[in-house]
Amino acid sequence: MSNRNMTALYTIWIKECTRFLRIWVQTLVPPAITMSLYFVIFGKLMGDRIGPIDGSSYMEFIVPGLIMMAVITSSYSNVSSSFFSAKFQRNVEEILVAPVPTWVVIMGFVGGGVARASIIGVVVIFVSMFFVDIKIAHYAVIIVTTLLTSILFATAGLINGIYAKSFDDISIIPTFVLTPLTYLGGVFYSASMLEKVFNDFWQGVIQINPIYHMVNAFRYGFLGSADVNIILALSMLVGLNVLLFAVAYRLLSTGTGIRT
Amino acid sequence: MKALDIKGLAKTYKGGVQALKGVDLTVEEGDFFALLGPNGAGKSTAIGIISSLVNKSSGSVKVFGHDLATDIVNAKSCIGLVPQEFNFNQFETLFQIVVNQAGYYGVPRSIAKERAEKYLKQLDLWDKRNSAGRELSGGMKRRLMIARALMHEPRMLILDEPTAGVDIEVRRSMWTFLKKINEEGITIILTTHYLEEAEMLCRNIAIIDEGQIVKNTSMKALLATLNVETYVFDIASGANKISIEGFETRANDDQTLEVDVLKKGGLNPVFEELSKRNIQVMSMRNKSNRLEELFVRLVEANQAKGTTNE
Repeated sequence: MSNRNMTALYTIWIKECTRFLRIWVQTLVPPAITMSLYFVIFGKLMGDRIGPIDGSSYMEFIVPGLIMMAVITSSYSNVSSSFFSAKFQRNVEEILVAPVPTWVVIMGFVGGGVARASIIGVVVIFVSMFFVDIKIAHYAVIIVTTLLTSILFATAGLINGIYAKSFDDISIIPTFVLTPLTYLGGVFYSASMLEKVFNDFWQGVIQINPIYHMVNAFRYGFLGSADVNIILALSMLVGLNVLLFAVAYRLLSTGTGIRT
Repeated sequence: MKALDIKGLAKTYKGGVQALKGVDLTVEEGDFFALLGPNGAGKSTAIGIISSLVNKSSGSVKVFGHDLATDIVNAKSCIGLVPQEFNFNQFETLFQIVVNQAGYYGVPRSIAKERAEKYLKQLDLWDKRNSAGRELSGGMKRRLMIARALMHEPRMLILDEPTAGVDIEVRRSMWTFLKKINEEGITIILTTHYLEEAEMLCRNIAIIDEGQIVKNTSMKALLATLNVETYVFDIASGANKISIEGFETRANDDQTLEVDVLKKGGLNPVFEELSKRNIQVMSMRNKSNRLEELFVRLVEANQAKGTTNE
């Protein structure tokens, strides 16, 4: 990478990090509060009645899923709102007039989303330590899954921001797509519990949900066991990342939503 | 060397609006060039294409010999843009805004910080460096956009109505600054609705109307084509009764007389006639800016031609 591109990338990334750190009460504190409530209500109050799952207490079981939920939501919303705001205030033009390659623009914005998601991931792990003794089986799986997941959803947020024409447009996908997929992504239950509630068809549908695989891969990193094949889950993540990067690259280089 | 070389530039927006209809334009290095035209003439579209904010439909744009289509990195590096609308992040500080802009052009952060101090001081914004963009007055925002555009030290500066809505004092200080950086070698392209500004600052001029260049010449040559000027005389009384042989006169009221004066004829016969009648002249001024007069004529002629062709 040339020095010019390296400086441009660093500048966009620093600008993105400065933005979410400047408004930390809106960006970093809410996940900590929400996740604390989940730990108290689902983990403590209800978890004792549900009992252990696959040899772990219910609290231990949901911790990885809740961290992953916070990572997904924050990486997506960081980039979608930041890019749309840059379009709305027209300061995206500062980047468009400069000789910044498209891939640098994508990496800069996505890098901002990954930074915020990583900080929030650490914050939620820290909060969870008040409720349960965290055991980590595979550090590498946790780091790789967090990075790949946050990159994927930050890129998805960027695509949302590119297409968005109003502030409503950046809340529709999180509300109607992301939240249902996350709740049906095995954060609060294991595959064995699905058999009792859903027929084969719906079980099949739930298992093609990529978030189901991400949550389980992440859980494997903590507990050492998961409902999915870890290699398949990570391969799916890499494949989806390549696909969304290609889509974002195509949209930005043709000027969709940013050039007339 | 040609700072800007545009050939056959055309733009048709989605929906069919033809903003540019094959524009050819050349700006020499070191020039202070005025691109004038009425609202909707295609000025901002042309600037948008040159600065990569608008996709062209056809034609070519070269900046200091670098083709925007094939050598975009070098072409973009030569251009500094001061857009018409405020387009900086309203929540960032001035210092962050200008330093980040340099970073997008690959200027290392340590150098960017030095330049930020230099340009913010030159534009009287250094004291406000830690204020957010939204806290600035209109004139400060305009100056901030000039400082931002200079951060990568471009060879050509494009200013799209840089003095719109600023008071005369700030406008004059901006003129002085622009003249200074032009003398230092930066090519400047200016669009403005204040025609006295263009007349005073620019050496060459193009007038664009309905997506086409209707005039492209030097300011001196253009002004030389104006052979009649209108003067307004504020007199003690009796304007209604005055007619001067060889001059067209109009009385706006009893104390205000307008006289059309041929450039070659001079004003002496008018004063002689007024003295002969014992009419006291209190003051005298040009009715309108000379360039404004020409601008209106050229645009009206072009539009009349368009109507006839239809």
